[in-house]
Amino acid sequence: MSDFEPHIVAFCCNWCSYAGGDLAGVSRFQYPPNARIVRVMCSGRIEPQFILRAFELGADGVLVAGCHIGDCHYISGNEKAQKKVEATKELIDQLGLDGRRLRLEWISASEGSKFAATMKDFTEDLKVLGPNPLRGSSE
Amino acid sequence: MSEMKKLIDDTGAFDCVECGKCTSVCPVARVDPNFAPRLIVVRALEGVETNLAKEKDMWSCITCEMCNDMCPYKVDYTGFIQGMRAEAAKAGNLPVLSQGGAVHTMQRIMAKGIKQNRLSWLTPDLRVKEKGDVFYFTGCAVQLGTLFYDQAAELKKTPASIVKVLNAAGIEPVVSKDEVCCGHDLNWTGDEKSLLNLMDRNVKAIKESGAKTVVFSCPECMRTFEVDYQDFLGDLPFELKHISEYLLELADQGKLKFNQNGGKVTYQDSCRLGRHLGIYDPPRELIAEVGLDLVEMPNRREKAGCCGVNAFGNCNETSRKLQLDRLIEATGTGADTMLTFCPKCVIHFNCLLSSPRLPVDRGKVKILVRDFGVVIAERLGEGDAYEQARS
Repeated sequence: MSDFEPHIVAFCCNWCSYAGGDLAGVSRFQYPPNARIVRVMCSGRIEPQFILRAFELGADGVLVAGCHIGDCHYISGNEKAQKKVEATKELIDQLGLDGRRLRLEWISASEGSKFAATMKDFTEDLKVLGPNPLRGSSE
Repeated sequence: MSEMKKLIDDTGAFDCVECGKCTSVCPVARVDPNFAPRLIVVRALEGVETNLAKEKDMWSCITCEMCNDMCPYKVDYTGFIQGMRAEAAKAGNLPVLSQGGAVHTMQRIMAKGIKQNRLSWLTPDLRVKEKGDVFYFTGCAVQLGTLFYDQAAELKKTPASIVKVLNAAGIEPVVSKDEVCCGHDLNWTGDEKSLLNLMDRNVKAIKESGAKTVVFSCPECMRTFEVDYQDFLGDLPFELKHISEYLLELADQGKLKFNQNGGKVTYQDSCRLGRHLGIYDPPRELIAEVGLDLVEMPNRREKAGCCGVNAFGNCNETSRKLQLDRLIEATGTGADTMLTFCPKCVIHFNCLLSSPRLPVDRGKVKILVRDFGVVIAERLGEGDAYEQARS
């Protein structure tokens, strides 16, 4: 599995994490190109269905990234995201997908290095976990 | 339109005398004047071409079978809707799903044959077997409780509670890690292919366990086995029993003891358990058995109100109105708790109760909606019969 390149769907909030990704870019930090970033207005917008659907379609990992608690542009959106992601993590564990395939990170607009580090770390973890068992399974 | 012709034959729609009783009892028609079960069938009979790719009527139905029950000529309206939905889905006409379809995605993931962590709820104090006579089909209560954590987290406890009660009666049920969702919600949203896939896996898991009786706590699972699976497979080689029937048998044999004097409750006949399967009395007798006082709502048994949503499709203002009506009725009985076996009833009613704004005074819907399975386990007497028999 050395040549396995995981597919990551990364939901980034418009105000912090997406800007954090931008900063990582303009600062020329190197990080693996495994993530497909989806910009959302707030991490609180992420519903369990988005995550489940990503896994159903074969994503190896899903990252939800938002502002630090207390910094949310919409006051408490990230607190809602935290609850939802925790519940979804439990659910995908029950479904037999590893809960570690889903990650929640708080990345602010000034944390370009954290963005790059998270991507590196998550990609390494997923390489160890291997491909999503739903990928290429018979239906 | 040969599919429609076949559907008319299968559901006995030719017998319709256009009396309109179905529409007069239809809870959806009461709220939404544009919907009428009679019209749907009559239009098909008259050969009026229904545009299955565009028509939304079949998704408005909540499949509660109030119409079937009232029809003097026993036309299967709900079956007609089910058939229409399958055809509509083939034509790309899909319902609006609540939660963006999370429940359906979850079920399709199970249909893909992934190795689940199905028995995550099983704690070491519960006694279960891998092979045996009695199979307990847990259904997706745990998963639903996880997904609806702020409305119905109680559902996570349902399978463990039922096994605890069975253990107390000296029964060690089979629970299978290979069990999957019954496919109820996919079937009612037109995905027959996934239903068949799930059916094969479930029937195989049960056959491998060598069980003679399958016990269900979820009315939807039981309806899917009893009606839909047997439609495809013919008679299943095992007996299907609802947990209320099974526990009553055990209680009659003196194997179960419950605490007494537990207060007033009311009981919600879920459509699957009541009108679809005709199980009305066992849950009521079980309420008396576990030492609770039953106060009936004015509309009960065949006329019981509905939780307003079918298979997580089309939750709208009609659903809200039906939920509100039912909860006002339940609060009016003076009971503090409404019990039901259906996890969907628990979710949908609690969804209304947890909404930040209600069109009525909150005092009018002051009631707890709880899963009966969990309550049974709470009512278990101290010195259980099983322990006494062993000592």
